[in-house]
Amino acid sequence: MTRINSPADLEKFRQGILSSRDSDKLCITLCSGSACQASGSGEVAASLEAEIEKQGLSSKVEIRKTGCHGFCERGPIIVIHPDETCYLQIEPVDIPEIISQTIKEKQVIERLLYSDPVTGKKIVHESEIPFYKNQERLVFGNNLKIDPKSIEDYLAIGGYAALTKALSEMTGEQVLEEVKKSNLRGRGGGGFPAGIKWEGARNAPDATKYVIVNADEGDPGAYMDRSLLEGNPHSILEGLTLGAYAIGAHEGYIYVRQEYPLAVDNVNKAIKTAEELGFLGKNILGSGFDFTIKVHQGAGAFVCGESSALMTALEGRVGEPRPKYIRSNIKGLWDKPSVLNNVETWANVTLIINKGANWFRQYGTEGSRGTKIFSLVGKITNTGLVEVPMGMTLRDIIFKIGGGIPNHKKFKAVQTGGPSGGCIPEELLDLGVDFDALSQAGSMMGSGGMIVLDEDTCMVDVARYFIEFLTDESCGKCVPCREGLRQMLKILTNITIGKGKEGDIELLEELSETAKEAALCALGQSAPNPFLSTLRYFRDEYEAHIKEKRCPALSCKELIAFYIDPEKCQGCGTCLKKCPTDAIIGGKKMIHIVDQEKCTKCGTCFEVCPTKFSAVTKISGVPVPPPVPEEERTVVKKSKEKQ
Amino acid sequence: MDNDRIDQIINKHQGAASSLIQVLLEIQSEHHWLPREVLQRISEKLQVPLARILHIVTFYKAFSLVPKGQHQVHVCVGTACHVRGASRIIDSLQTLIGIKPGETDLELKYSFETVNCLGCCALGPVLEIDGKTHGKMTPVGVADVLKNYE
Amino acid sequence: MSEILLEIDGKEVKAKSGMTILEAARSVGISIPTLCYHEALEPFGSCRLCSVEVEIHGRIKLVAACVYPVAANIVVKTRSAKIDRIRKMILELYLAHAPDSFVLQDLAKEYGADKDRFEKESSFCIHCGLCVRYCAEVKQKNAIGFVDRGARKEICFIPEIAAQECWDCKECFPLCPTEALQAAYVLSQSLFSP
Repeated sequence: MTRINSPADLEKFRQGILSSRDSDKLCITLCSGSACQASGSGEVAASLEAEIEKQGLSSKVEIRKTGCHGFCERGPIIVIHPDETCYLQIEPVDIPEIISQTIKEKQVIERLLYSDPVTGKKIVHESEIPFYKNQERLVFGNNLKIDPKSIEDYLAIGGYAALTKALSEMTGEQVLEEVKKSNLRGRGGGGFPAGIKWEGARNAPDATKYVIVNADEGDPGAYMDRSLLEGNPHSILEGLTLGAYAIGAHEGYIYVRQEYPLAVDNVNKAIKTAEELGFLGKNILGSGFDFTIKVHQGAGAFVCGESSALMTALEGRVGEPRPKYIRSNIKGLWDKPSVLNNVETWANVTLIINKGANWFRQYGTEGSRGTKIFSLVGKITNTGLVEVPMGMTLRDIIFKIGGGIPNHKKFKAVQTGGPSGGCIPEELLDLGVDFDALSQAGSMMGSGGMIVLDEDTCMVDVARYFIEFLTDESCGKCVPCREGLRQMLKILTNITIGKGKEGDIELLEELSETAKEAALCALGQSAPNPFLSTLRYFRDEYEAHIKEKRCPALSCKELIAFYIDPEKCQGCGTCLKKCPTDAIIGGKKMIHIVDQEKCTKCGTCFEVCPTKFSAVTKISGVPVPPPVPEEERTVVKKSKEKQ
Repeated sequence: MDNDRIDQIINKHQGAASSLIQVLLEIQSEHHWLPREVLQRISEKLQVPLARILHIVTFYKAFSLVPKGQHQVHVCVGTACHVRGASRIIDSLQTLIGIKPGETDLELKYSFETVNCLGCCALGPVLEIDGKTHGKMTPVGVADVLKNYE
Repeated sequence: MSEILLEIDGKEVKAKSGMTILEAARSVGISIPTLCYHEALEPFGSCRLCSVEVEIHGRIKLVAACVYPVAANIVVKTRSAKIDRIRKMILELYLAHAPDSFVLQDLAKEYGADKDRFEKESSFCIHCGLCVRYCAEVKQKNAIGFVDRGARKEICFIPEIAAQECWDCKECFPLCPTEALQAAYVLSQSLFSP
């Protein structure tokens, strides 16, 4: 590819791409993000390619493997353009039918369409599916249109226009002012105004400065950054270059988790093609501005997502955070002014320079402009990545977009902000998602993880889970975190196994104060949040565990017992067959009994007991009723009366 | 791993001390573990104290100081998988292959680990073996999956 | 170096720019407890015993005095109910590792810390890092280092290097607040000797 040396050359090149694209050609886009790959989209792709070849349609149909579409629950997803016909949960066996029916005969295949769970109505077009319709996909939307390995695709949808505009028509200060005006707040969790961070770095008296992409997305359950980096890497490169121009940096780093191999590959490839075409390197687009980007992989440490720890890791050392008394935009990487922002923040920068701060400000709330991408996961019908304007209520996100809780279960709480965040209960569901509202409720926006919990989730266990995660990920440097969290974990574990005692909650609160006030970094300071917020809204669960040795959600293994209701058991024998430890005693047409000594509480019997009987129950806090005596275990056939 | 290959990898990163983690990642990925002699060689070539290298290879979970088993068994313990019952999958695996997370069995057949979020939350609970993802796992389903790796 | 005026415990203190609160306080005889601090070493900020309250622009926050740089017009308090609570808790967490340490016991008396508040931990090490940092910064031998992270973090003598350097040095032994470092060295040598 020849290097592009001016804005005029770029326009020519872009027009060249657009005119060489045959608008009559059908385009089949197939979601090939990591989650869909796990669902088998690789095999679907192979099948597609083979079938198109077989049917001699290669000149009429293009296959485009795109990044994540977001509707991960229903992947792999195919969308056929230009009609926008959308098929869900595709398997290789569906491909011949899709090619012969939809591609050749222009017939829609009903069974592969989305159907409304209540009315059963079928929806043909992707954008009309309620999951997508209620979103505002400013940042994420382009994932559906491009092959992340193709810079031509990115250019065809207007890519690098923002950079051209900035380098040829604006000064670095003007770019900075525009970002300041937009009031863009960091999307990584801190929510700090990006423009102000940049200004500090720009004004710092040092010739060498750095810009850094934080792609060390560590919050469990959050994978928005991965999908952005996999699906649209050039938008991040463009944003980073804009940031470098704004503050006067000439070197950039992308710190990405090594657990994201596809993201590492795609971003490396994007950098290579950007360098070939001249969007990176010396004298970009003839502007005189030089900028290069290096990719640096993480090595498996959540704490490296903390900005000062990340910079320490970039320097080749262990990721131990530094105290933030001297801000990293003044003294950061190698003690030079460094601007570190999250992947999604950089993607927003590209949009803001493209369309203007005023355009950006029309979305969101006064204090939180723009949109946010959330990973909506857990006990939710439509698991996936959703992008909504700030201010949309949690209720709308969870029920309108997410489709509510599956299996007729009741919503209990939604956990936001990852291990630094908290749980928001039902009474606060009408809260609009924005930085300040979530903090006031005792949680935080965080990087965007939104984990929905239902009536079967034990809130004490949720607190224990996060503290366990953090004790594992703590760097270990300071006492309040290393020792404090270790003790909190012991106490919380004891509570969940029935060994909780009076005074535990007060001790946990004391340890929480020490960590919040005296820990060295934000990991330690925010570690008590999951405990404090579950205590605030679900104190009764803690008290039941401690005083009654009862788990109200019937979840903590040590506090529950599986009991077969003798009134309901019909002796079908399914549970006995499936029990992995032979802990069920029974025989044909006999009431089955769980041997509590052998039972390992795996829950298999509970799951396999046919719904029409629902004889296996979980009990907690009360002694298990003694087994029915052997003579009385013959099943009495139930008469056909309604119960 | 021979010294020539180690030197090659180090030179690719211009022998800079700050590239220590990247060098170690490449060697780990090729060799699957980091023998003591390799660490000593890196310490010499990059002019970095061995103490610092040891801290790095034990601090970061991507590195292994012991040989790994033939099959890498990973259970995702991200929050979404946790609430969908990942701990039961771990219990089942423990019973079936006889080792706890973080361990490798004596025949070097399986290395069992819990991993942080794989980002396939829609498929939770997720079990990954040798890079292949198995979704919607149940304690019973685990036994079926393991049959493929006997 | 310019002069900076700040207030510590109601006293007006003249400090030089670049000083930390700890240095400024010591220059006027105000004592702040420390454990991981040593004049010959870079401040570490790990024990958090030196936590003090700092008020700037009307907001109060807790900072580690050994690393926080002095700034004009800040108001510092080295004792308060909250600070005392936190120091007591830190000491109790430490005493679970090294209940017999004289240094810790003295401090425990002052802050009312109970050495039996938490169950005893198996490792004596309280991670002040004095041994590791001394060997790295002063002796530049790196014969002892940290390994792992979080609750599993430990100190470790590097056998190849310790076997050659430590016998003739031993300068880190008296630095250990728990006095158990010498025992750790002897144990590690016995495990690795041929």
